Parts: sequence; structure tokens; C-alpha cells
Amino acid sequence: MSLLRIRKPKTRKGKKVLLAREPQLIESARTMLFLDGRKCGGNVKLCMKDLQALKKPLVKVLNRKNDITPFDDPSSLEFLTMKNDAALFTFGSTSKKRPDNIVLGRIFENEVLDMFELGIKRYQAISEFKNEKIGACVKPCLVFNGPKWAQTEELRRLRNLFIDTFQREKVDSIRLQGIEHVLSFTVTDDMNILMRSYRILLKKSGQRTPRIELEEIGPSADFSIRRTKIASEDLYKQSRKQPKQLKVGKKKNISTDALGNTKGRVHLGKQQTGSIQTRRVKALRKTPEEKKENRQRKKVALKAAAAEALASQGNNPFSS
Amino acid sequence: MDVVKEVLAKHQKELDKYKPITVEKHLECRLDVGSLLITDPNDFDDRELRANKEEYLTALTRENTQLLVNAIWELPTERVDESIVAKLPEPTTVLPRLRKPPGPRPLTKWEKFAKEKGITKKKKDKKTYDETMDKWVPTYGFKRAEAEKAKDWVLEVPQNADPNTDMFQKKIDLRNEKVAKNEIQRMKNIVRAKKIDMPRSGYLGPEAASSSQLLTAVTVAKSSTASVGKFQNKLPKEKEARGLGIKELIPGGKRKASHITQTPEKEANLDLIKSVLNKKPKLDVSKAVSMEKRDNRLAREAEAENEPGKKGGKKPKGKGSRKAVGKKSKGNRGQRAPGKKAQAGRKRR
Repeated sequence: MSLLRIRKPKTRKGKKVLLAREPQLIESARTMLFLDGRKCGGNVKLCMKDLQALKKPLVKVLNRKNDITPFDDPSSLEFLTMKNDAALFTFGSTSKKRPDNIVLGRIFENEVLDMFELGIKRYQAISEFKNEKIGACVKPCLVFNGPKWAQTEELRRLRNLFIDTFQREKVDSIRLQGIEHVLSFTVTDDMNILMRSYRILLKKSGQRTPRIELEEIGPSADFSIRRTKIASEDLYKQSRKQPKQLKVGKKKNISTDALGNTKGRVHLGKQQTGSIQTRRVKALRKTPEEKKENRQRKKVALKAAAAEALASQGNNPFSS
Repeated sequence: MDVVKEVLAKHQKELDKYKPITVEKHLECRLDVGSLLITDPNDFDDRELRANKEEYLTALTRENTQLLVNAIWELPTERVDESIVAKLPEPTTVLPRLRKPPGPRPLTKWEKFAKEKGITKKKKDKKTYDETMDKWVPTYGFKRAEAEKAKDWVLEVPQNADPNTDMFQKKIDLRNEKVAKNEIQRMKNIVRAKKIDMPRSGYLGPEAASSSQLLTAVTVAKSSTASVGKFQNKLPKEKEARGLGIKELIPGGKRKASHITQTPEKEANLDLIKSVLNKKPKLDVSKAVSMEKRDNRLAREAEAENEPGKKGGKKPKGKGSRKAVGKKSKGNRGQRAPGKKAQAGRKRR
């Protein structure tokens, strides 16, 4: 239970929900919230539908119209993402000034970290491609073409956002036959982003590694970048900070030999022979005479020390 | 040798049947196999891109994907349920988190105090022996209230209280008050943990605030203008808020430095006395020299006056004696002329 919760939960389920909203050491897969603007139809609607299909089941779709302008006032957007526990959001709208508008963004600490407004110039939905589709929940390969991706900070962030959006969950192993989807993002010289989606066909190559062929399955879209809001360098750095507990420390003095046995070297400190506990033997004990002598010696030393101390103060009648 | 050549040629022929898996790139692509990601920094073939965009994009993506697939197939694999699984390395692209990493829970005021004092929580037994009831009763939880009710089935009205007071209701009220106090303290702990600046005396409303709190609120509000309340009119019979710590709340009212210092009082006082008692007079050497000179001169003059032999007690007349006294030193103020001899002149007094 955190101290920082103001309202105490009344039910066990409520408590669980609130606990899930607190900072976690290992965060769960990032869900995306889909929101409609004041007007949202045509290509925007299609695009959002396809994105939902690509991101399933890590989606949360809200179907009502929302009177939100993310770039002017993101507060209600932040509220909705907080309530739905979503890390990413897609906001679709269309207006005379900005036709076919889609805003992609993400959240950090219940505030918008960065968002990009993309205008859809051309769109071909998944349903327009009449061919075999890929299975559900396939982790796609991501390909970023073009030298521009690394050139400006904005594009670097956008690339990071695309990775964040489409990479699904972090996995530690993958089935080789399960690699069947590629998403390619190409940034052209006139700053348009071409998004293409392909199915991977694994062909024989006479070697272990297969030769691949691609078949377009959609969605295919041409975006133009409109308005952007990126986080300050400071905030971005803070948001990417990983917890210390997850860092893997260096393992020293451990090696594996050819047979696969693990060998470790242990360093023992210097042995303290003086204070070590040994067996008590009667013969090693001090005799009463020795003890007495010891005491006597101590007494003499104490007296000498006291006399010296008094002499240094200068008011000792016995010193002379 | 023929055999080797034959085998190699046969292998080559076999390979020729298939398309190649190698890809040539001008600049090396950046791979992040952990998140199945490849970034190609190579320039586009502009003419091709304009002429047949889709084919060019497909070909480009195919090449890059082939590179990625080549890297994935290199990874160590293992067999899990009749399928081959490749172990992915850690992703190198760092993605932002949704929330900051969790830190240690901030301590409550009591926890902090207990830690400083070394107070540890004592665990209470689940059941305690009650002597009046002569049985074991639960200390908390299930059936504790029942046991208490059984124990306190009758309550004494104190002598000084109104005989009609409901002692049971009083007991309930007391408990409710405790709960409310606990809630307030919990809130305060939250405020402290979030490091929010809260006014030490907020306006609690006319029902809840005490008169001193109201006075403080008025005084603070009045001095919260741009000119620190200098031009604010006074109400008739208005009182200024007084008390500990109120000056700090009022903007512009500066705090006096405390007379209590870091060093213990006794030591500080002893230092002060020492500095007074051990004072030594300051020696102004030049002043001392000039005083000495004056004394000498006066003594000499008095001697000269008293000497009867020379002038016979005759008073020097008019403009003084024309003794060769020499010019009075200019006391470091004159211009120095080292070559010139000092002129013998009239002595000016």
C-alpha cells in the first residue's frame, strides 16, 4: 500500500486497480488508447481501425466523440489515459484546416511526453488488399529506411515512438516460423513518412538461413508531419531512466571451462590468528601467579600514567 | 582435385537455383535484434523512388528485412514443442517508461520519529486474558466488539457529569473523533510525502477557525499586497496577530536572528568575558613619541625659565627671542628639498 494514495479504496478490486496504477518495477505491456475527435471519419477512421487490428489486444478504444484539442489543452486527454491506464494514445480527427489528422503520442507520469500530428495524404486499408493475412498477435519486424531518421531530434523521437507503438511486448525468445510481418517506415526528403506493411514469405535458399520475399498486406499510408510536441531533453532522459534493481551487475571470478562446468574463485581475507577462537585447553590457561603478575604490571602502569598527567597540570605536590 | 572441383561446382549449381540471401549496402545498417529492428541510413535512389515508388520500397524493405532475418537465424536456437525458438538478446533501444521507477516509501511522521528514537513495533497477542470476565478475549478483529460490549454492558456516570448523559453515546463519539483525527494525520502525511507547500494557518471557515486563527488569516491577507500592506486601512478596534511563528507567515515581516547560537550558552558567555578581560590597550607609537617629545620640551623650557644666570628672569618680549631655534618641522607635510639647507627663521607659534 502506498502512502501517496489519497482516497482509500473501498473494495478489494478497487485496491487492485489503484495498485496497478502505481509505479511498477517491471511495467506491463504498453496499451494504446484510441480516441475520436470532434469529427472523425473517412481515412482517419479506417486508419484507426487498422492500427487497432495491428495492436490487438493491447488496445483500449473509446467510441464517443471528444471535444479535445491535444496541442492546445491535453489535460482531458491525460485524464482519459490515466483512467484507462494507457501509455500510448492515438487521437483521430478531421477538420477543414487539418483534414485527416491523426495524433500519435505517449504519456509519462500522467502527462504527455511527446506527440506527433500526422496528416494522412494517402491511405489504403488492410481490407483493400485481397490476399492472405497474418495471424493475430504477431511481433512485427520494424524497418526504418532513409538517412533522415537519425538527423533531427524530432525524427529520432518519432522513430522511437513508432518502435514503442508497434513493437508489442518485449520478448526473450521468438519462434523462427513466427517472423511473418514487417512494418517499414520510410522518411523521404520532403519529410513525408511512408508506412508499408508486408507479409514475410520464407523461401529456400540452399542454406540454413532462408531467403525472404515480401507481399504487401496493408495498411499502406503516406503521412505528412504537421505539429509536433517533444519532451525536453531533461524529461526525456528522466522518462528513460531504468530502475537500479533491474541492472545486471558484473559477475566477477566466475568462468566456465570446456566441459561446461562453472568455476568460481573465492577470496578469503587475511586470517585473523590473534582473535580466532581455538579450543580451550587447561594447559594453555594462565596460572594464578601469571594473572597476579599481570595485574601488578597494569597497576604500576596506571600509576605512572596518573602521575604524569598530574605533573603536566603543574599542581601535583607528589611529583617532585 | 577433380573430385573437389566437381563437388564445388555442383554445390554452386545448386545455389544458383535459388536467389541469394546476401545483401550489399554502402553504409552498414544499425541492427537491434532484441526488438526486431533495423535502421538503414543509406541514401535512396531518387530516380527509382520517383518512377516506381511501390516496387522500390518493397525491394528496399526486402533487403533490410533479409539482413535482419540473417542476424536472427544466427542466434542460438532451441527446440520447444516441435518448433524452433531463437533466443533474442536484450534490446538496445531504450524506450520511455510510463511512470518513474518506484522509490522507497516515504516514512510517516510517526515512523520517522520511532526510527529516530529506536522504537520498534510490538506485536500484540491475538487474544488477551480479561480478568473481569475471566476468559480470553480477542484483542482485535473478529468478535472483539462483541466481547467489549459484553464487558462494558454498564457504564458509570461520573459524579461531576450531568446524570442524564448517555455514556455509551459519548464512547462512540470519542471513537469517531479518534478516527477523524487519524484521517487528518494521514492526509498530513500525504502532503508531507508529496512535498507540497501548505499554509501553516489556512482559513478554515467561520465555524471551524479559532479567533486567533482568524486574526492570523486577516493579518496575513492584509500584508499580502504588492506594497506589503502598507496602504491598507485599519478597521476600528483591529488587533494585530501575535504569537509564535506568525511573523514568518506575514510576507515582508522579517525574522530576527535568533540569539541562540550553535555553541552552548555557557561557553559563549565565557568567551565574551574573556574577550573583555583580556583586552590590552592599543599602542599608538607615533602618538606616544609626540607626547614624550612635548613633555621633554616643556621640561626644557621650564628649566630655561628657572635658570637665573643667563637672562635674569627677564621675560621674552614681543615677538619672542631670536634664538637660533630653527624652522619648525613641517610634520611630513612640506615639500622635501634635500639639497637645501634648513633656513634659520622666525619661530612661528
